[in-house]
Amino acid sequence: MLALSDMLAYGFMQRALLAALLVGTLCSTVSFFVVLKRLSFLGAGISHTALGGIALGLVANIDPVLTGTIFAVGTSMSTGYIARIGKISEDTIIGIFYASGMALGIALISTFKGYYPELFGLLFGNILSVSVRDLILMSLALGIILLFVSLFFKELLAICFDEEMAEAGGLPVGPLYMGLLAAIGLTIMVSIQLVGVVLVAALIVIPGATAYRLSKNYRSMLVLSLTVGLAGSFGGLMVSYYYPVPPGAAIVLVLAVVFAGAMAVKPLLERYRRNRLPL
Amino acid sequence: MEDLIKAEGLGVSLAGKAVLEGITFSARSGEMTGIIGPNGAGKTTLLRAILGLVPVRTGNLTVIGVPIARLKEIRPKIGYMPQRQSFERRFPLLAADVVATGLLAPGTILRRLNDKDKIVTEALQFVGMEYYRRRPFQDLSGGEQQRILLARSLVRRPVMLLLDEPNAGLDFPAQQMFIELLQKLKVENGLTIILVSHDLISVASAADQLVCINRTMHIHGRPADVMRSPHLDEAYRCQFDFLSTGGDKERCWH
Repeated sequence: MLALSDMLAYGFMQRALLAALLVGTLCSTVSFFVVLKRLSFLGAGISHTALGGIALGLVANIDPVLTGTIFAVGTSMSTGYIARIGKISEDTIIGIFYASGMALGIALISTFKGYYPELFGLLFGNILSVSVRDLILMSLALGIILLFVSLFFKELLAICFDEEMAEAGGLPVGPLYMGLLAAIGLTIMVSIQLVGVVLVAALIVIPGATAYRLSKNYRSMLVLSLTVGLAGSFGGLMVSYYYPVPPGAAIVLVLAVVFAGAMAVKPLLERYRRNRLPL
Repeated sequence: MEDLIKAEGLGVSLAGKAVLEGITFSARSGEMTGIIGPNGAGKTTLLRAILGLVPVRTGNLTVIGVPIARLKEIRPKIGYMPQRQSFERRFPLLAADVVATGLLAPGTILRRLNDKDKIVTEALQFVGMEYYRRRPFQDLSGGEQQRILLARSLVRRPVMLLLDEPNAGLDFPAQQMFIELLQKLKVENGLTIILVSHDLISVASAADQLVCINRTMHIHGRPADVMRSPHLDEAYRCQFDFLSTGGDKERCWH
């Protein structure tokens, strides 16, 4: 407790902790659907595509977070749309967007003259420089996404389970799926500020993947995903406070350790469940 | 008996390519209709056209007395069970959760599902799986999963049930059990059943009529007539001999 109060004596650490908890909640909620709908590669694809948007914003002197968000959400929704219309698999489209967005980013960055600290903050993340404005934007994104998820939770779950059955039942699968993709894009852009373009995919994959390994029921999976996301964000921040590790990398490493732990625990849990089953 | 499905010269194209042409058949109320044909014949596409999931390019299709363009009006009356490959086997749902997903419809969005537990239990009772409601779906055997999916397709009390390859991947006893369950639903509940299968023998023995397609219509009629018809050989592009010995059928390949 002393360590925590010590850490929270600094204003920037208070903001960093709040940002970690907001993003931890956001990512683990979205991660639940990303893993169930098998969209893990989408996270990596969108984050790298966002680099093009960020670079465009810097060149055009527009807020790079805004242009990056437009790119991230646009890419996410375009992927879903093209996959549905063009009958091309999502991973193929993501692969194309991934490289194209990166290429655009690299091309634009190569035209830069001078030093852009924002660019490096967005590439590798800088949770310690989070401002009050950033916190407000993160809270807003969290509010919008939690509202969307809580309003359409049962429908989104049915779509993740079997899109065709949901469609045959008359559910508006297209719009709901597009909404989910937009939520994933927005989450990625918000999280880029914490861990950067390079590492953000881990935040929207590991909490859900860990929970998926250990759960046989979506209710426990959702709770576990939230727990892992929050523990990873908080734990990573603590690690980076005491050791010379960048916070973004520390958060991802803590999450990776938790996932490895889940892999190790899984067989023991299975054995326990088997022993509890009535003969 | 009323025709619940009436297709006249039905044509379906996917990505600009004609998948089905000139399909004409009708499915009578309270009967089991088997849709048969070789792999890639368009059986699943036909089922998807009946469900309104793919657009009809030519011809007429009427489902439960309503043209396909107005399918929304009668959608709750249709139960659907897709192929088992269409979902993730390890999906973390309990058996009752899987059944409850069948209750979701445009009218249930932003609403609580009233009497959900009671309705789900009734559907599980229909298929004799009520004691499995709290069991994780992933822990069930293939046959048990099929029965849960059947309960899911029955949960809205449909008048017509469409099943796509329900026996695929099941061992023989599980296949037999499933077909017996369908027969029971047909007889006791008057359900009209449309069954897509590549397993000619089991469908022929269970169905009241067969519709044999391979991109186009080949033959439609009572199983005994269809099985003896040269159109069946044409559709499968191979020769069948069905030798009847005391009512049993034996299949020989040449």
